Amino acid sequence: MAEGAATVLSVQDLKTVFRIRGGEVHAVNDVSFDVKAGELLGVVGESGSGKSVTMMSLLGLLPSPPAEIRGGKVLFDGKDLLKVDAETLRSVRGGKIGFVFQDPMTSLNPVFNVGMQIMEPLRKHMGLDKSAAAKRAVELLELVGIPDAERRLQDYPHQFSGGMRQRVMIAIALACDPKLLIADEPTTALDVTIQAQILELMKELREKLGMAVIWITHDLGVIAGIADRVMVMYGGQVVEQAPVRELFANPQHPYTKALLKTIPSVRGERQKRLTIIEGQPPILGAAPSACAFRDRCSFAFGRCAERNPLRVEVGNGHDVACLLADPLEVAHA
Amino acid sequence: MRNTSASKPLVKVRDLTMHFPIHSGLLRRRTGEVKAVDGISFDVFEGETLGLVGESGCGKSTAGRAVLRLYDITSGSIEIDGRDIGQTRQSDLRSMRPTMQMVFQDPQASLNPRMTVQAIIQEPLDEHTTLSEAEKREKVGELMDAVGLNRRFAGRYPHAFSGGQRQRIGIARALALNPKFIVCDEPIAALDVSIQAQVVNLLEDLQEKFGLTYLFISHDLSMVRHIATRVAVMYLGKIVELAPREALFGAPRHPYTEALLSAVPEPDPSLEARTSRIILKGDVPSPSNPPKGCNFCTRCPKVMDICKTIEPNYQEIESGHFVACHLYEKN
Repeated sequence: MAEGAATVLSVQDLKTVFRIRGGEVHAVNDVSFDVKAGELLGVVGESGSGKSVTMMSLLGLLPSPPAEIRGGKVLFDGKDLLKVDAETLRSVRGGKIGFVFQDPMTSLNPVFNVGMQIMEPLRKHMGLDKSAAAKRAVELLELVGIPDAERRLQDYPHQFSGGMRQRVMIAIALACDPKLLIADEPTTALDVTIQAQILELMKELREKLGMAVIWITHDLGVIAGIADRVMVMYGGQVVEQAPVRELFANPQHPYTKALLKTIPSVRGERQKRLTIIEGQPPILGAAPSACAFRDRCSFAFGRCAERNPLRVEVGNGHDVACLLADPLEVAHA
Repeated sequence: MRNTSASKPLVKVRDLTMHFPIHSGLLRRRTGEVKAVDGISFDVFEGETLGLVGESGCGKSTAGRAVLRLYDITSGSIEIDGRDIGQTRQSDLRSMRPTMQMVFQDPQASLNPRMTVQAIIQEPLDEHTTLSEAEKREKVGELMDAVGLNRRFAGRYPHAFSGGQRQRIGIARALALNPKFIVCDEPIAALDVSIQAQVVNLLEDLQEKFGLTYLFISHDLSMVRHIATRVAVMYLGKIVELAPREALFGAPRHPYTEALLSAVPEPDPSLEARTSRIILKGDVPSPSNPPKGCNFCTRCPKVMDICKTIEPNYQEIESGHFVACHLYEKN
């Protein structure tokens, strides 16, 4: 990734709320981040931390109601995606922004052959005719390493294995030369040896195509191997953000630190006993007015219940939302 | 560390085979079979945890269920606590059930949503004991304490609990009859990372406290390295390697084990950069039509001619270290 590369996507203070019976769930709370050209941003967090909802919000993929975007900006290609009309948004999705979802079985249409599904965005977004689209479809399947591509265009999703289906999904997402690829847990449903194949493919493709990627996962191991920069989410907020090596070598937020300790490794030293994080992640019924992690945090102190920490820069492109890292707060205490 | 060589096997499995028939055509004729488990042998020693790992479809869950005779097995013998239950009729197995229990993967699906926690944990006691109502209630309370659930919530239904707490309910139910042997089938796969560690620590504490023996089935190699005493690796219905934990993770012998371990992402970028990956080509063949010779020959980076015709023997190459691979055949 080049220093000073252009920003492809800039998300500012995004807020998403779900209205449910008897109240609200504040799923995304003032989330801000940038992605630069050619960069892979890893987003980690547990289920319910708001990582998928953030990505779906910025592309208008959440049904409303119950979802409601309460504020923020999503700047892409000179436009605020939260303000553009449905038509423009449709042309961005699948065109300049590609998507890969977690489960390749449910995100491919079982009644159309794979060729049709790859050609659809090519014809819609790039206006290719049928033969040009078919030619490009073969190229795409070859790009993602599917052997015998021309013949396999006629096959239906059930005729592909899990790993091959995920390759098809990636081919569809790449069809229109996207500037940005958003991959939501793309390898979670796959076995480790197949996951290793897909991760390897992803590294090659990034080198070849130079697009920006947002990779959502709960697996810190995957992040360590593939990301340039990492954003850790908890309770619908970004609690820490740093270049990948910096984050693993020098985690600042108590949640990140604890998370790194809870996962055993197949290499390195074996722990006698796993470190645990007591309790469970919160469901926020209101906009956070205090640190969302304080109940599970072993460093929590009185002020943690009084205000929600803001993200403060701690150097090396590293920022963290914790009162312990806030110099004003430390002076105050 | 427990010394397993000194303890005796609680579970002995020999040549266990579980084939499921495939019926097709208008008359639903039997046209083939899925060889989910195809001749596996292993022991589980008293007080140890045997990890059973492999990728989806390799037959590890079927093996776990077959060992407890949740299926009528195709062939082989299973001895648990001195009794051979391989061919025992289901109705006669009831008296054995208290000794052997299971914790399932999905606590959402394995708990009846219309029963209270009290009723769920008490059900095995209703079935197998003659305790009075008051005694049962006390026992359920003790079990809830043991797994870290608040007794006050006994009257609630499963939906009121989080995934990790539901798994604790499932564990309490498995413990109700003081079993010796518990098969844990992917008990943490459906849980978040921060909750996984809680459940694994709980399982270890309970093992210590009640002297339990586990067969721990998982696809998560790093967690198995943490919890298991010995580890068996399955591929396409067969055990390809079985060894004490340190030997298996430190010096894997079978090319599949090597590839599997190398594929696990490393949550440390500096270690990750030094890790060399073996990327396997292709996918796992179908268990209804396994390749001739060694099951792994279609993807093996070290494949030889002999592998494509002759099936390797499963043999002990060092004390306690079993491998099925032609690279290690003695002659």
